[in-house]
Amino acid sequence: MARAVTTNRKIINTAVAWGIGLLVFFPILWTILTSFKTEAQAIADPPIFLGFDWTLENYAVVMERSDYGKYLWNSIVIAGGSTILGIIIAVPAAWSMAFVPSKKTKDILLWMLSTKMLPAVGVLYPIYLLFIKMGILDSKIGLVIVLMLINLPIIVWMLYTYFKEIPGEILEAARMDGASLKEEVIYILTPMAIPGIASTLLLNVILAWNEAFWTLNLTAAKAAPLTAFIASYSSPEGLFYAKLSAASTMAIAPILILGWFSQKQLVSGLTFGAVK
Amino acid sequence: MGRITLDKVTKSFGDVNVIPPLDLTINDGEFVVFVGPSGCGKSTLLRLIAGLEDVTSGQIRIDGEDATNLPPAKRKLAMVFQSYALYPHMSVRKNIAFPMKMAGVDEAEQKKRIEAAAKALNLTDYLDRRPGQLSGGQRQRVAIGRAIVREPSAFLFDEPLSNLDAALRVNMRLEISELHNQLETTMIYVTHDQVEAMTMADKIVVLRAGHIEQVGSPLELYRAPRNKFVAGFIGSPKMNFIEGAVAQQHGAETIGIRPEHITASETDGMWSGKVGVAEHLGSDTFLHVHDSGLAETITVRVNGEFSLRHGDTVYLTPEMDKVHKFDAQGLRFE
Repeated sequence: MARAVTTNRKIINTAVAWGIGLLVFFPILWTILTSFKTEAQAIADPPIFLGFDWTLENYAVVMERSDYGKYLWNSIVIAGGSTILGIIIAVPAAWSMAFVPSKKTKDILLWMLSTKMLPAVGVLYPIYLLFIKMGILDSKIGLVIVLMLINLPIIVWMLYTYFKEIPGEILEAARMDGASLKEEVIYILTPMAIPGIASTLLLNVILAWNEAFWTLNLTAAKAAPLTAFIASYSSPEGLFYAKLSAASTMAIAPILILGWFSQKQLVSGLTFGAVK
Repeated sequence: MGRITLDKVTKSFGDVNVIPPLDLTINDGEFVVFVGPSGCGKSTLLRLIAGLEDVTSGQIRIDGEDATNLPPAKRKLAMVFQSYALYPHMSVRKNIAFPMKMAGVDEAEQKKRIEAAAKALNLTDYLDRRPGQLSGGQRQRVAIGRAIVREPSAFLFDEPLSNLDAALRVNMRLEISELHNQLETTMIYVTHDQVEAMTMADKIVVLRAGHIEQVGSPLELYRAPRNKFVAGFIGSPKMNFIEGAVAQQHGAETIGIRPEHITASETDGMWSGKVGVAEHLGSDTFLHVHDSGLAETITVRVNGEFSLRHGDTVYLTPEMDKVHKFDAQGLRFE
């Protein structure tokens, strides 16, 4: 009997998980499907799920009308650059907080996280003015800096959590074995923290890739990434759902593929600290 | 060489004074055990010697040289941790090689020493495994191997056996003792287990709240404990303490008698009581005797053949020359 109950529960759990999964994925699926419809079919009422004439016309139009390559390149530079810069700054910070904590370490960590609670639009105006004064409006370097700062608290927190899990005795053993601080970092800490650093890197590339508020507000043409590419197919040109969907699909495809291949790392990154 | 001298060493964490001024000399080649209840400062003391904690004041000398402010790497000491603290991302071979790599020992010599250590510790077949693929006992051997190859002037052990099961603990205890006989290097060993202390040590240092209660050989501590604390801590089962009229007959505030120094009889004796729990170990039986009017429980060690059961009356007679007398301050006197 006990076994039967477990099996039933398993089936229910699986069904619920699939249900939630499909619910979450549905908008993306719908976008992808719509991208293969004609404009008329895209707004048909009742909506057509699968029985439409598949066409690649939207992709052709989008490719013809905008320079996808340029947007893609901007996205790669901005997401990659801000993440790498963030890691470079966050590693020593997380390191010192995890291994030589002071009385204020917890406060600093919380304070850093609290900056994430601020509505971004609250600081848009000062940052916009700063960007104008510094001449970095609509530049990749400007976006790299801003996105790095936006995500820095999360990077520091994640790395801090990973470093905390490295037992202090192992570092002490290295010290007893004659390792200098530099050798301790190179031979012991870094190799042990690599999975954590990788997950952090991945999650932040995704966060930066999808970031729309700052990228839309601080860029025009030169540094615009894929978020701006999607936006350019929305309102001003009227409602072209199929083309908008094609643009969206092209924008999310690279990160979706990256995410697919690194699922394991990502899950461990998203549940950081939760699973020992 | 490995002579370690602590001179008025103190350690405070914030306002909390963990080690009051403490003097101690550990001679070259000695096996010294720091023993005491948890929180007595024994691990802190070891970490001060290792250099993993800074002393608040005082001086630590290793082989006559002031090592008080030397970093751990420069003290030529090797440490074996309770958690083994192996490098999880390295093979056993690389773990053992690590201190030599740090010291710049050449590859051929490294190989020679790794093989010798692996042979001595039964690790030859496991050199290419990761620590995660080893059992607790094997991990502890790797940790010891990593310590040996450095050829340190002293070994520091921080409760190295407490994560092992009982049978393995006895084995490793012997192995460490044999290692000491073989290497004749100074060893400092921290434990809360008085059996480990008694069986392994040349010299036991009994600590309580950072104070040294007594220093001496295992048998000195067993035969002539300085005070009630040491008397109660050394020896298993614990010494029986008796207060009141019986103690006053001996002119003492408290008297102490070890369970093995009381004879039990079914027919007659000086004291009588009822058997509570009888713990049969096979060779011996420990009787926990109640209602004797002496103390709540008197523990007696009797022959394994002795057959008395729960609730039976038992007569007890102490060996008079083995009775320890303590004054009101808990100090022992003759």
